[in-house]
Formats: sequence, structure tokens, C-alpha cells
Amino acid sequence: MTQQAKEKFDVIVVGAGPAGNAAAYTLAKAGKKVLQLERGEYPGSKNVQGAILYANALEKIIPDFRDSAPLERHVVEQRMWLMEKDSHLGTHFRSDQYNQQPGNRYSIIRARFDKWFSDQVQKAGALVVCEMTVTELLRDGSGRVIGVNVDRENGQIYADAVVLADGVNSLVASRAGLRQDIKPGAVALAVKEVIFLPKDTIEARFNLKGSEGVVIEMLGAITEGMVGTGFLYTNKDSVSVGIGCMLSDMKAQRTTPAELLEKLKAHPSVAPLIAGGETREYAAHLIPEGGYDALPPQLYGDGWLLVGDSAGFVNAVHREGSNLAMTSGRLAAETLIELSAAGQPASAANLARYKQKLDDSFVMKDLKKYRKVPETLDRQRQFVSDYPALFNQAAYNFFSVDGRDKQSKEKEIIGAFRERRSLLGLLGDAYRLWRATR
Amino acid sequence: MMKVEEKLYQNRYRVDADRPHIRIKDESVCNERCQTQSCTVCCPAGCWSFEDGKIGLITDGCLECGTCRVVCDQHKNVDWNYPRAGFGILFKFG
Repeated sequence: MTQQAKEKFDVIVVGAGPAGNAAAYTLAKAGKKVLQLERGEYPGSKNVQGAILYANALEKIIPDFRDSAPLERHVVEQRMWLMEKDSHLGTHFRSDQYNQQPGNRYSIIRARFDKWFSDQVQKAGALVVCEMTVTELLRDGSGRVIGVNVDRENGQIYADAVVLADGVNSLVASRAGLRQDIKPGAVALAVKEVIFLPKDTIEARFNLKGSEGVVIEMLGAITEGMVGTGFLYTNKDSVSVGIGCMLSDMKAQRTTPAELLEKLKAHPSVAPLIAGGETREYAAHLIPEGGYDALPPQLYGDGWLLVGDSAGFVNAVHREGSNLAMTSGRLAAETLIELSAAGQPASAANLARYKQKLDDSFVMKDLKKYRKVPETLDRQRQFVSDYPALFNQAAYNFFSVDGRDKQSKEKEIIGAFRERRSLLGLLGDAYRLWRATR
Repeated sequence: MMKVEEKLYQNRYRVDADRPHIRIKDESVCNERCQTQSCTVCCPAGCWSFEDGKIGLITDGCLECGTCRVVCDQHKNVDWNYPRAGFGILFKFG
């Protein structure tokens, strides 16, 4: 470390998740002298995701990633389930177009994927050091960030800029006062199990062949009135099953996440899909789902940039996060590369270009589009409780053949909706949903 | 129902013996002033307990998610750090 301490880097990247790897790779490819620091034993050993990889964001960084990346299954089918206690009403979208190359979405296992991504970063020329935790930022008299301190003796390391990709808790950025600390209302707590099943069993249960995969997203009774969703993703020889709810809701309802996951696994629509499987890992992770209004007020400053989860870049509605992470990491890197080419320092004024790039990309556009969703769902619980229940009851009523005439059934169904939400309430809900997502 | 202990048993850890990475700043705040002890409910690894009017914390099974830190927003009584580099949870799959 002493040798490194004397060196100065162009950029230090804190963290080796998707955002940090995207930034480090892009910078190293452009010939920058990059040091990437990761607290885990290997990149990925501390990282948790569902996990679905959206190819497009990675393609823009490593166009031929499919040749070497450890991908589990390419997604050919998306299921959306509205859940009641003992039923689900679902839509399935399956398309053979998703079997055409290049694939669009893949299930991945993050510990493997992040290791691969980090290998590419190192091949591109960055120095990646694992088992090293950044404890604080180094600043000069003017407050400009000039490097980091790590958990070693004489642990000061200097750089022209620091990219903070240290994840949702972002202790480094929070402690330096670069961003406010996260609040229970702005994060979801998700828990997940990786359950192993024979490959043949997965293919038979989910109607798959080869490396085809299925994604199931679930909304309704499984979250017990809390704002959140459940999921099930197929991997090669395992499935990832998880559930996440806003931490403020878990706190208020005194819900134990491990039990919530057990109930999801026991749900009659889920249990047969995972029957006989063997749980080999249990993970938990916070997800910054506060949306646009919960973003840190400043995403960059003199000598520093926030990317990925540390910046709060998650589109909760579309279950997207790692693609926003990789895109923001890439844009941060491109900003630094452009400044360096123009001989300009990484000052706050110059790094405004990073914000401009974010604004011009889907990252900010999507966050802005769904700006009102977290607040709407928080205040209008009918969307996660009443409606999934009403639709399931309607389906049960409609599809049960019990000797009653159809007109009476229709009246009952409409009556149930009107009784639960009132006519004005139904209209208001339609408007609220439209307004929150327009 | 699979107990949380059974779930954690599947995980790989490198435990930093006698050096817990999470500490309670002032236990009397938990025991006397806190009304909810939300950490004991929300921690996905069941690291926190509240028995006989006393808060308890064993960090060996910690998943390093940060829930206890964030959920203690009223009293901010959790001194939360990552384990020493290389220690703590080692996700096999993540």
C-alpha cells in the first residue's frame, strides 16, 4: 500500500458493483489511470440483486459481453401476477422474438457476473484492489475532494476525481456530507432466496427449453398492505424468489421480512414452482426506491460524482436499477474523459456536464416520469391491496360455474368494486394512476 | 416455515470474532426511550433481540443490508460500519 500511497491516480472508483465497474471500465479503456477499491473478498461478494440484467446498458459499455459473461437464462416470458391470499390473476407475455439474437434481458447470478465484469475492468487496465474499505474522503482546504482514506496505515490515496459507487448505504458520501442519509420511506427492504432445482425440472415447470427463462413479478396480498412486490426469476439450475417492501411500511406494520418471504414461498401459486428445491443462500438488500424526489440534491461536486445506488438511481415501477447504475457509471466516466481531453479539471462547474448527460438519458427521464408514483402508492393503498383483491374475486366469480346467471354475476362484480371504492373513488383512482405515471 | 437461523445457515461468512461491526451507541436509549425496537422486527437476519427489557445484538449472521441503521431514524442509536475488509458475509450467489 505504501507504494500506492505515493502514487496519484486520475480517478478512484469506490465500489465494484455495476455502477463502479461501468465507470472503471470506461475510464480504463480510455487510458485513464484508475484505481478501483472494493471492500469484499472478491467483486460481487457483498452485492445483491434479483437479478435481471438488461442487455442494452451493458452493450453500450462492452458490446460483445454475450461472448464471455456468465448469463443464466435469456428471458422469453414476463408474467405479472395480481395476488390474493389463495389465488393470482395474471398476464403472461411470451414472445419467440426474445429467442432472436441479440437477447434483451438475462437472469444473472451477481457474485458470478460481478466477478466477470471486474475481470474485464482489470483487462482494460484498471488497478482493482479488493478487501479494502474506503473510510472517508480526503479534501483540500477549499473542500475539493482530492482522494480517499482506506482502512490501512497511511491509507491516503490521491486522485483528480473520485467516483462514488459505494451502494445504497453510501456511508462514504453520507459521512462526507455530500448527500443526506437515506430514510425508511425512501428505501425498500428486499429479501431473497436462491433455491436450487434440477435444470429439467425448471424447464418443465416453467415451459422452457434450452436457456429460455421466465420472470414473474407479483403485486397484492403477499405484501400484506405494504407497498412492495414479490418476484421469481429462473436461473439455469436455480430460481431466485424474493419480496421487497418499503422499510417505512415494514416498520409501521412490524413485519419480519424472513417470515414475509416464507409466506410468499408457501403461497399456493408459488409453492408448486419451488417444491423440492433446496435453499442455498438467503440474502437481503436495501433498494433506493424513493424515486426522483428522494435523489440527493447534488449528484456531483468538486472532485466527486455519485453513481448507481449511491445516487438513488432506481426505477421501482419497472424493476430497473442495474441498468441505471451501469449507465450512470458510464456517463460519469465519459464526463471525466471529456474534461481530461479538454484539459479541464473535475470541478463542480465542469462536472455539471455529468448532470446534463443524466438528464438527456433514460435515467433521469424515467425517474421524472414516475416522480409521483412513490407518493401516490404511499397514500393510496388501494392500488396494492383493494384492487388486486377485487380483480381476483371478480375472476373467481366470473369463472366459477355455479348455476347462477351471468347478469347477476356481472352485477355482483361491479357492485363489489363500487362498494369497496365508490364510483367517484374508481374514477379518482384511474386519474391518480394516470397522473402518477404520465 | 423455515426459520431465519436455517436460512442463515446456508450462507458463507467470515466472522470477525469479538469485533462486531455494528454497535449500539447507548443501550439505555433502546431499553428506556425507544418505544418500538423496530430493529428487532425488521432486521432480515434476526440479529437484534429485546428480552426482559434489554436490547441485544449479535452481528454474526448480519447480511450487511443497513436496515437497522436506517430504521433507527428517530434515535439514530446504531453505530453502523462495514465489517473489516474481507470479513462478514460472502455471497456465493448474491
